[in-house]
Amino acid sequence: MQQINLLLTSLPDGILLGFVYGLAAMGLTLIWGVMNVINLSHGPIIALGMFGTFFIFIRMGINPYIGLLFIAILGLIMGVFIYFVAVHRVINAPHLSSLLATFSVNMIIIGLGTAALTTSPYNVDFNVGSFRLGSTTILGTRLVAAVIAILFTGGLYIFLYRTRPGKFIRAVTNNRAAAELMGIPSTRILALSFGLGTMLAAVSGALIATFFPFNILSGGGYELKSFVIGVLGGLGNPIGALVGGLILGVLEGIIPAFMETSWVPVIEFGLFVVILLVRPQGIFGAKK
Amino acid sequence: MKRIFFVLTALLVTFSMLLTACQQQTTEPDEPQQQATEEVVSEEPSSKEVAVIIGFTSSLTGSQEVSSKRQVNGFTHWMNQVNESGGVTLSDGTVVKFDYKTYDDESNAERVQELYTRLITEDNADFLISPYSSGLTSAASIVAEQNGKVMITAGAADDDAYKTGNTSLFQLYTPGSLYMASTVDMLVDLDPEAKIALVHESDKFSTGVAEGIKPYLEANGFEIVLEEGYASDTADFGPIVNKIAGSGATVLLGGGHYNDGTALARALYERKIGLKFVYLLVAPADTKFPELGDAALGVATSSQWELAATHTEEEANNLGVEWFGPTGEDFATSYEAAYGDPPTYHVAGGYTAGLVLQKAIIDADSVDPEAVKAALNAMNLFTFYGGIQFDTSEEAHGLQLAHKMVVAQWQKTETGELKRVIIAPADVATADPVYPIPAP
Amino acid sequence: MKNLRIHLGLLAPLLVVTAMILWPIITGNVSSREIVFTILKAIALASSLNILLGYTGYVSFGHIVFYGFGGYVGLYFVNEQGWSIWLGMLVGGIAAGMLAFLLGKAILRLRGAYFALATIGINEAMKAFINNFELFGGPIGMTINFSVYRDYGGAAQALSMSFYIMAVLTFTALIASHLVRLSKFGLGLQAIRENEDAAEVMGVVAPNAKTWAYVLSAIIPGMVGVLFFFKNGNVEPHVAFPLHSSIELLVMVMLGGQGTVLGPVLGALAYQGMRGYLVTSNFFKDIQLSVSGVLLLLIVLFIPAGAIGWLRHRVPVLRRVLA
Repeated sequence: MQQINLLLTSLPDGILLGFVYGLAAMGLTLIWGVMNVINLSHGPIIALGMFGTFFIFIRMGINPYIGLLFIAILGLIMGVFIYFVAVHRVINAPHLSSLLATFSVNMIIIGLGTAALTTSPYNVDFNVGSFRLGSTTILGTRLVAAVIAILFTGGLYIFLYRTRPGKFIRAVTNNRAAAELMGIPSTRILALSFGLGTMLAAVSGALIATFFPFNILSGGGYELKSFVIGVLGGLGNPIGALVGGLILGVLEGIIPAFMETSWVPVIEFGLFVVILLVRPQGIFGAKK
Repeated sequence: MKRIFFVLTALLVTFSMLLTACQQQTTEPDEPQQQATEEVVSEEPSSKEVAVIIGFTSSLTGSQEVSSKRQVNGFTHWMNQVNESGGVTLSDGTVVKFDYKTYDDESNAERVQELYTRLITEDNADFLISPYSSGLTSAASIVAEQNGKVMITAGAADDDAYKTGNTSLFQLYTPGSLYMASTVDMLVDLDPEAKIALVHESDKFSTGVAEGIKPYLEANGFEIVLEEGYASDTADFGPIVNKIAGSGATVLLGGGHYNDGTALARALYERKIGLKFVYLLVAPADTKFPELGDAALGVATSSQWELAATHTEEEANNLGVEWFGPTGEDFATSYEAAYGDPPTYHVAGGYTAGLVLQKAIIDADSVDPEAVKAALNAMNLFTFYGGIQFDTSEEAHGLQLAHKMVVAQWQKTETGELKRVIIAPADVATADPVYPIPAP
Repeated sequence: MKNLRIHLGLLAPLLVVTAMILWPIITGNVSSREIVFTILKAIALASSLNILLGYTGYVSFGHIVFYGFGGYVGLYFVNEQGWSIWLGMLVGGIAAGMLAFLLGKAILRLRGAYFALATIGINEAMKAFINNFELFGGPIGMTINFSVYRDYGGAAQALSMSFYIMAVLTFTALIASHLVRLSKFGLGLQAIRENEDAAEVMGVVAPNAKTWAYVLSAIIPGMVGVLFFFKNGNVEPHVAFPLHSSIELLVMVMLGGQGTVLGPVLGALAYQGMRGYLVTSNFFKDIQLSVSGVLLLLIVLFIPAGAIGWLRHRVPVLRRVLA
């Protein structure tokens, strides 16, 4: 009975958090889907998003939700920049090259970030209230973050399916060579996709910063979570990522009800490997 | 064909030599450091000044960064003070001045032995201070042992590191297994019926502290209703807080380091689960902790040293123990003047590491490692930081015996500012404990 | 003569490593011995990884799991059961090999980035598991009692002995790498690297070959793990399974040139030398990670075949000696 109770109290939180995890993973999985690159600079970008909120809210006093717009634009620009500097040359090379290229971007950001911001934690003391729902407390920041995550997902969906550049992205995802033959400027589309993926990572980081303390290394944990989520939902499937995020959020909420919390990562990564083996296309992916 | 091959091998060999030599910039490689010190002496026989080099690694990056940096500041503050006041004069007229050499160990075990070996053989360090964490200290202590160097440990609270049969470690901090002892003593008086949740970071230090206090809690008749470890990089403490609430605990003892401690305190506050008392390791002792705002209110920690409860010469006289060094107030004022923030216990620890070494050199009347080691083994001292006496048994050489921790709590002053006050032990307390913590 | 000539490729790596080992012995400098130990450890690990990465073409991001797992198992027997370091290393190597065998049967079916992701997952899962595994000390890990060193003549002797064992392990890794490269088995692996489906058509039993390559590449890391934790005096989960070390190994292999014997040697030497220099230099110490990142990026973008690959491409006469 106590476990059921605990489960019910932790579940809403897990779900809300899951949307934000999903948003982060969506950035990773979008890039993978379009260009088959696993972006190892994903984590530091999330961390930069967190610092974005810190500087905009604490230093400039602007509401973090308005600040999201700036962070999104900066994220997009940064992603395009990273694409042309580090990724474009190795886009057709073996996986190892693009993995290492994005990893070197990771090292550069972490190195500069550590020198400039240190690795001590930052805290955004921001609150939009909370309310009780049955036996559990729902935190306003998490609720708003989940809503924003859903809005971004919806926006991405509309962009991909209703706009011209979005349709180009889907065309390049399907078959880059054929898309090029149809006159789609593939380099620009690839850069745009990388920019969008980076933007999603930065935005999710900015949201996470409103409820957890963080430092420049914090992104690493969310990067690993994004891998797990990406695989759960099927790499390359942005909507799947949102569902994968929900699954992970719920798991993190309910596992502690049944065993010691320190087992959470064992289960998470165990599940990750099992899914890769059994259904590498993800829970929702079509059989290849 | 063959010629190309030979040229190539020659090139490769020189290349490899060059590369490794690059990071060397060796002075005489196989000259023992004893000679180097003598050289300094013989060069300037008139002034008879000896430069003693103290070597240590610190964690400028990685999880231990905040605490480690403060400790280094405390140490350099001591060194500057001693050197400005003319160093230590030995009975034969030799003036000992101090210098230090440090590297970043990145909180990473891979290089710590290499760096300490380098400190000893290349930088001619005469004495060593330990890295911040227990794991790194165990690794470094092997190097210290093999070279017969004294290593003062500041940080490295874990008991295990001393139970290795070493002869070179000397611990300044209260051992991990006794970290929470003074808090438990206080709870016995306040609320013997308290139900305890032990929720700690799942790492070497915090698990050691939690395991160490369990028998003591049970001996005092407390019921432990929840015992739980959480992964070091946990950010979402929601499920854990819910679990604490579900266990019926009234008192939380636990935490880990700075990052997780702040996150846990914040989650506890946001969820308002109505604990009577919250004790966390390490994090609340830091001056940055009140950045959490109201979430910091009522959170307690034990501290190796607090300015408000600093130890005095009078205490030393009552105990009949020798007093050494500045008063706590003098130390705090001069430190704040030099570094801009009030000292935490890590600062005091770094400072005392130097102070203890200074005293041992005076006692030994020599900078010879063996003589200093003997002086440290015999030491029974009282400073502003508290009592200092080392375990000299073979099983746990170097464990700190005399030093006692105080319990500090973040409370609100009348003006509404957050302030850390001492709530136990009663003889040094500056305020009554807030118990239970008022609901936010 | 012909028999000797095919082994010419081994000569350069052996000479480089021998020179490095001799350097601290001749100068008697303990500090250089420690530096060389770190480099040798990197060479042994990178050369082992090269069997999987360079010859077979499978990118493992979690190779360090064998180092951590083997090291934990071996140290458990040395410290808790009183076995000698020799037996401990043997057990550590076998444990790592067995783990690789079991894993290999499962995850080597995955290709490309999926395999890379799976190896990350395994490393993290293993780290989290050991953190909860009480027999190995859980989060506290294990600390070696100095009395263990007494059997080897004290801490100083044990540390210098570790250096020589490390030297032997490095040579073993190099020779194994060289022999695999020349053997029919190695040719099969290289065929898999170029085109796995075609290789199967040509009669290479890919699943078996890949599994054995994985096992071979895991044994030396397992033994190195035991030795390093023995020398380090203690082990904790986060010290045993550092994900970033796996990636550093990839960088080393890339830097020198994958699929060659000499490549990982030079890569490890250059990378560790550079890191060692950057960490201790006053100028770079704050941004050393960024400097390493920029260098890595330049190499990946402009000389993806690594130093050896580039040399072989530019100077054809070197192809015979640079293997």
